[in-house]
Amino acid sequence: MTSAISIEGLEVVFDRFRALKGVSLEVKSGESFGLVGESGSGKSTLLKAIAGLVPAASGTITVNGKTLGARRDKAFYREVQMVFQDPYGSLHPRQTVDRLLQEPLAIHGFADGELRIQRALDEVGLGNGFRFRYAHQLSGGQRQRVAIARALILEPSILLLDEPTSALDASVQAEVLNLLEEVRRRRKLTFLMVSHDLAIITHMCERLMVMQSGEAVETLNASQLIAHRVSADYTHNLLRASEGFVRG
Amino acid sequence: MSAEAIQTRREWLLSDRPVSRMQARLGRAYVAWRRFSANRLAFLGLLIIIALLVVAAFADVLAPYSPTIGDLKNARLLAPSAAHWFGTDDLGRDIYSRILFGSRWTLYVVILVAIIAAPIGLLVGTVAGYAGGWTDAILMRITDIFLAFPKLILALAFVAALGPGIENAVLAIAITSWPPYARIARAETMTVRNSDYIKAVQLMGASPFRIVLRHIMPLCISSLIIRVTLDMAGIILTAAGLGFLGLGAQPPLPEWGTMIASGRRFVLDQWWVAGAPGFAILIVSLGFNLLGDGLRDALDPRSGDQ
Amino acid sequence: MSSATGTLLEVDDLRVDFPTRTGLIQAVRGVSFSLGRERLGIVGESGSGKSQTGRAIMGVTPPQALVTAKKLAFDDADLLAMPARQRRALRGNRIAMILQDPKYSLDPVMSIGRQIVETLRTHEKVSKAEARERALAMLEAVQIRDPARVFDLHPHEVSGGMGQRAMIAMMLIAGPELMIADEPTSALDVTVQLDVLNILDRLVGERGMGLIFISHDLRLVSSFCDRVIVMYAGKVVEQIKASELRDAQHPYTRGLLNCMPRIGYERHPLPVLDRKPEWAA
Repeated sequence: MTSAISIEGLEVVFDRFRALKGVSLEVKSGESFGLVGESGSGKSTLLKAIAGLVPAASGTITVNGKTLGARRDKAFYREVQMVFQDPYGSLHPRQTVDRLLQEPLAIHGFADGELRIQRALDEVGLGNGFRFRYAHQLSGGQRQRVAIARALILEPSILLLDEPTSALDASVQAEVLNLLEEVRRRRKLTFLMVSHDLAIITHMCERLMVMQSGEAVETLNASQLIAHRVSADYTHNLLRASEGFVRG
Repeated sequence: MSAEAIQTRREWLLSDRPVSRMQARLGRAYVAWRRFSANRLAFLGLLIIIALLVVAAFADVLAPYSPTIGDLKNARLLAPSAAHWFGTDDLGRDIYSRILFGSRWTLYVVILVAIIAAPIGLLVGTVAGYAGGWTDAILMRITDIFLAFPKLILALAFVAALGPGIENAVLAIAITSWPPYARIARAETMTVRNSDYIKAVQLMGASPFRIVLRHIMPLCISSLIIRVTLDMAGIILTAAGLGFLGLGAQPPLPEWGTMIASGRRFVLDQWWVAGAPGFAILIVSLGFNLLGDGLRDALDPRSGDQ
Repeated sequence: MSSATGTLLEVDDLRVDFPTRTGLIQAVRGVSFSLGRERLGIVGESGSGKSQTGRAIMGVTPPQALVTAKKLAFDDADLLAMPARQRRALRGNRIAMILQDPKYSLDPVMSIGRQIVETLRTHEKVSKAEARERALAMLEAVQIRDPARVFDLHPHEVSGGMGQRAMIAMMLIAGPELMIADEPTSALDVTVQLDVLNILDRLVGERGMGLIFISHDLRLVSSFCDRVIVMYAGKVVEQIKASELRDAQHPYTRGLLNCMPRIGYERHPLPVLDRKPEWAA
């Protein structure tokens, strides 16, 4: 199988602070890969570096066989799209859903916009009734569905998911996770998903990488994690913490 | 139109699930209008401005006398009366008529300054704020240079260089009033620049030009409109000030500032000559200020979306 | 101090309403429970009224809110009837509250130590030296390793976990009998979360406080508390012992438990919550 994303020795530096200290990663095409870690682990930075939102200080990023330079071209964004963590911040406050979905189509010069918008809304389970609403007329879960529709409308092959459900209620989280799994199956997408929650990552991903302070701790299969076959102490700590409070 | 029909139309406007682009847009405007019209003082301000527009449009119908040709023989410096509501000036011209016609010049100045200065400020501010780095530094230092001088002094210098006259006064005021708008637009741009929704547009491959024009500018416009409206009073006063100093509109043009200037010689004995245009300036400035305050409540993005 | 039955707080038919331009929003619609010296969890999703319940007890609802109750009594004193001054004196002294993000609840321009000392000195007449002594001891009690150093730091100079510990220290310094913790660990990393919970648990146990733990995380609350109240749309839908949560009756509680992914349980798709209108009725 070919690699969808391949990263070699990636470094990201903010004002002399090394947010990523030489991370390497291989995501196969069609795979769902998870990045787990706590705040400051660099997991979100890794995602942003792939998307071109933060500059890489050194190292290479290769997406679908093409090694990326400092600038991303339009073709890249038709391959790779991203869903952000905060559904309240990722939709423009003065634009209707219709306008939000039209923007990527206009940028890439699609002619059949009308049809695509309807299809995208149907696919994320919103339907036409939501088309002319503003972000403030939507609940958190609905907003995240719009954000997913926006990411899918260019028909990318890779979706970067930055904690897509951490701002949502548990029941809404389940709905959004189900939706993501469904679109992945239907469109044979590659997922690179960031979360602080091991349970979500093991639910959604086949393989995962544990990160801590800008470095990779270990890379595991989900089954290894479920069976507690982990080598690093840090991963053990995370596993223990995810089991809830134990009076001791 | 029955009460029921009005009720259903209101529901249509306030609908949480609009079915067309038009309905969404109208609904949003209606919400802003409701918030605006709930504010009585703002409504009064709006009425004053509408009255100003009407007066300017129909000045030749409304005015009983010519604004420029007076009756030097019989009607010099008459006190207010039924024939001359605001009295007459030293050249025997009816002040009421001159004020009605003067409203045109006031509007002319205010509107021209607004459509010259606001877009410049908006462009400079958003580009500086979004681009950052050197572009930002250079544009903002230029802005600072303009801000460093008092507005009237700078306008005076420009008019002195360009020559007196109302067009040059407009140009001078416009050149001196964009820097605050640039500052506002830049500040606004800085707050939204790093938001996820702008990043999301970047991730669609949008060009910086498109992002600034279609995604950032619309967010800056409402605070800019508010600021421009609040500044209108200042613009009128600056224009009047230039007129008063003899550098703005030239006689016999019935511009309010120029009228005060020519009336100041009689201010102790014939107070109405300078008083009437002064009062007109006061009322219109007040109107713009009230309107601006109301718009701030109605349009301010920080006051919540609904 | 408390009444003979050991009841610290009694809430009967608590309602919190917000009048808005479009009508009355009923955030809390008749919540009743009583609390002894125990750990009580209040769980619900956003908009369930759980936070407003906590705020109403603490008396920090926004000024436009209307708070009513048949009974809202702390240690047999009617909270709603008492004068504002008396209630203020109660706040921080006998009832304390911890909020989600220490960044917003600590004063950014005052050192952590001074804030704790100030809090203590507004409630008790103690000398400066003694206040400092006790603040340092309190910081040590919340497992801050180098209390003397942290004492002089400002809130922005410490991590989220450290800030939350400092916040707990500040709230506990006056020795409250009732502590309301509103999502005290949601902004923290999972490993830090457990440390903070351990500290809370120990302090509550040692001092015999009553604790109201408000959270969206049913599993966390049930592992930490003795008893759980589940709220939905401003109402209590279920009150249950934490140990019996697995046998919860209400479909909402069960749905909430089921819909979270768990390590080692493969369920694709995840069961989702089918909200019934009668739950909110």
